[in-house]
Amino acid sequence: MFDPHVPHVAVIDQRVQESPTIFTLRLQYEDTRVQDAFEFDPGQFNMVTLFGIGEIAISIVNDPLDSHFFDHTIRVVGRVSEGMSKLQPGDHVGIRGPFGRGWPMEQIKGRDVLLITGGLGCAPLVSVIRYLMRRRDDYGRISILQGVKHADDLIWKEQYSVWSAERDVRVLLAADVATQSWQGQQGMVTELIAQLPLRPQRTVALLCGPELMMLAAVANLREKGVQDGDIWFSMERNMQCGIGQCGHCQIGPKTVCQDGPVFCYDELADFFGAKGF
Amino acid sequence: MNSQDPQVVSRRPGFLTRDALQKFFIVLSQLGYQILGPVVRDGAIQFDTLSTADQLPRGVSNDQQPGHYRLEQGDNQRQFDWNHGPQGLKPLCFSPREVLWTEQSKPPAFNPVPPSIEPTAVIGVRACDLAALAIQDRHFLSGSDPDPHYRQRRESLLLIGVDCARSAATCFCASTGDGPALDGGYDIGMAELDEGFLIWRESDKGRTVIDQLDLLPASDAQLETMLQSTTQASLAQQRSLPDSDELLLLYKRLEHVHWDNVAERCLSCGNCTAVCPTCFCYEASHEMSLDGETAQMIRQWDSCFSSTHSSMGQFQVRSTIKQRYRQWLTHKLAGWQSQQGRIGCIGCGRCITWCPVGIDLTAETVAVLEEGSLDV
Ligand SMILES: Cc1cc2nc3c(=O)[nH]c(=O)nc-3n(C[C@H](O)[C@H](O)[C@H](O)COP(=O)(O)OP(=O)(O)OC[C@H]3O[C@@H](n4cnc5c(N)ncnc54)[C@H](O)[C@@H]3O)c2cc1C
Ligand code: SF4
Ligand code: FES
Repeated sequence: MFDPHVPHVAVIDQRVQESPTIFTLRLQYEDTRVQDAFEFDPGQFNMVTLFGIGEIAISIVNDPLDSHFFDHTIRVVGRVSEGMSKLQPGDHVGIRGPFGRGWPMEQIKGRDVLLITGGLGCAPLVSVIRYLMRRRDDYGRISILQGVKHADDLIWKEQYSVWSAERDVRVLLAADVATQSWQGQQGMVTELIAQLPLRPQRTVALLCGPELMMLAAVANLREKGVQDGDIWFSMERNMQCGIGQCGHCQIGPKTVCQDGPVFCYDELADFFGAKGF
Repeated sequence: MNSQDPQVVSRRPGFLTRDALQKFFIVLSQLGYQILGPVVRDGAIQFDTLSTADQLPRGVSNDQQPGHYRLEQGDNQRQFDWNHGPQGLKPLCFSPREVLWTEQSKPPAFNPVPPSIEPTAVIGVRACDLAALAIQDRHFLSGSDPDPHYRQRRESLLLIGVDCARSAATCFCASTGDGPALDGGYDIGMAELDEGFLIWRESDKGRTVIDQLDLLPASDAQLETMLQSTTQASLAQQRSLPDSDELLLLYKRLEHVHWDNVAERCLSCGNCTAVCPTCFCYEASHEMSLDGETAQMIRQWDSCFSSTHSSMGQFQVRSTIKQRYRQWLTHKLAGWQSQQGRIGCIGCGRCITWCPVGIDLTAETVAVLEEGSLDV
């Protein structure tokens, strides 16, 4: 009988240090049949096990067409992520997944897409950006608003300049703490929303980052006339299973691991921003 | 006449004398079942392995009140005169602590650890326990990723239910529609009388056992007693919950002042979730061996009252007792409705009995639903 608790072994093919605290692991399942069967949507995540230490939820940052490997971009915050940062090519991790419901990419075809990310919480949206760039004609205008605490925290700088050169793509960057060479704005990412020439009826907003940032962004978006049903965001909660069993990731009646991690604002309106949920 | 009563018609019980209960045990053993049943341990009714019917308690009943549980010794011969102890069937299927898999570093591998199980007959199961089991079955088995450990344990059980002939003061299963009479989900049913038992099969698995017992015909008077007992037990219940639709309003009362009132009493100990037969939360922990070459993943019960349940590393989503109690009550009575199509409470009242400070969920619920004292 299939046991959803037992991870598959994956080997680290490449490791990239993106910033002092952020690294990317390129992974491949050891069992090629498992790798071949691995399909995912942007916004879905894996549960990644560090041998003997623990398991954490990490988003898949690739485009679904990348079928021979998958990448996890991980920030060192605590015990498991720090341990993982020490892994090198050839080392192994355990993988279960993919889990959850990703971004509504089919549903939003033809719409203008506004991506707002804050802090370092950009991983779940990177897969979306890659997805959009590869299917550029299927979507309208694309705006990427990326906020970071410190200018030095911005990773994938070259990527952003490549993306901004694309037709009808606008990239706006904001740093709470700017440096001399910083090209973007100083301040909160949510302040950038006011400057955008939005077409509210055509726009779908995809948000990812700290909840306070997302709350502020929702307020700004509503002010601009974006509909509640067109605002989507990715949530994080403690996760012990990824399969709707352990109860840890509940927000009201929803589980983040199965009903989310991507939610439409409508679905969580009663609980989003309510302390304790 | 009671022979027409739908319950009598569907059960069609036979009569087993009290002395013949041992025969029942022998048949179960011959069919390869280990027998789990009630024993008095540490001052409470607990399920343990039994080899003879004589090991069942006699004349033991219970006094349950908020924050209070005492067994009482009567001079009758009844063996199922108690209601329930701290645990129902939950630990039998959803193990309090178990290894789910082991891993080795060289060569890297993850190995499932199947649970060790044997066919088990559980005698003395109550209607509320069966309702709770049905909820746990849906939680662990109905999704896209059924739990193999739960399933193997669940499939090993033969459930022998007993009607409740009386209710404890903390019982309110009548108001949730889950008792006190058995109503499906078991294999063999029993109703206890002074002189013995009415007994019937409910499933095909149960039939194999019942067919080997020489049951006597049940008299009209005995059938009448069976019906009367559960009716009386139901009428004697002192507590109740509002209906499901009204309970959904709990989510509209997130800022009610009464949450603070409960928080002043609640210890956040987690006893309520530990004794709750439907609570399903668990944590996964990884333990490395001393030589560093192998490790195991352990699943154990968790509670939304624990400090790690909502941990996000740097902070907790629910850092206060108020938020935790609110999570518990709203999940149990409102959240469950959209997750499973019914409330997550089956009216056993264990959380009331085993709360060290006697917090009563039926009273707290009514207080939170009371309008006019909104915080906002
Ligand atoms: C759906 C989802 C997708 C995620 N994607 C990414 C990603 O792509 N890249 C990335 O770097 N991080 C991601 N995270 C966050 C990542 O799971 C946490 O940073 C990680 O659990 C921290 O574990 P730790 O042991 O290193 O830290 P510690 O601070 O020691 O954490 C202790 C425990 O708290 C819990 N915890 C701590 N932080 C979080 C958090 N943010 N979310 C959920 N649980 C947490 C975990 O159970 C963890 O084991 C994601 C989280 C979720 C829920
Ligand atoms: S969240 Fe709380 S009430 Fe809900 S199942 Fe878990 S422990 Fe029980
Ligand atoms: S992570 Fe266990 S229920 Fe969502």
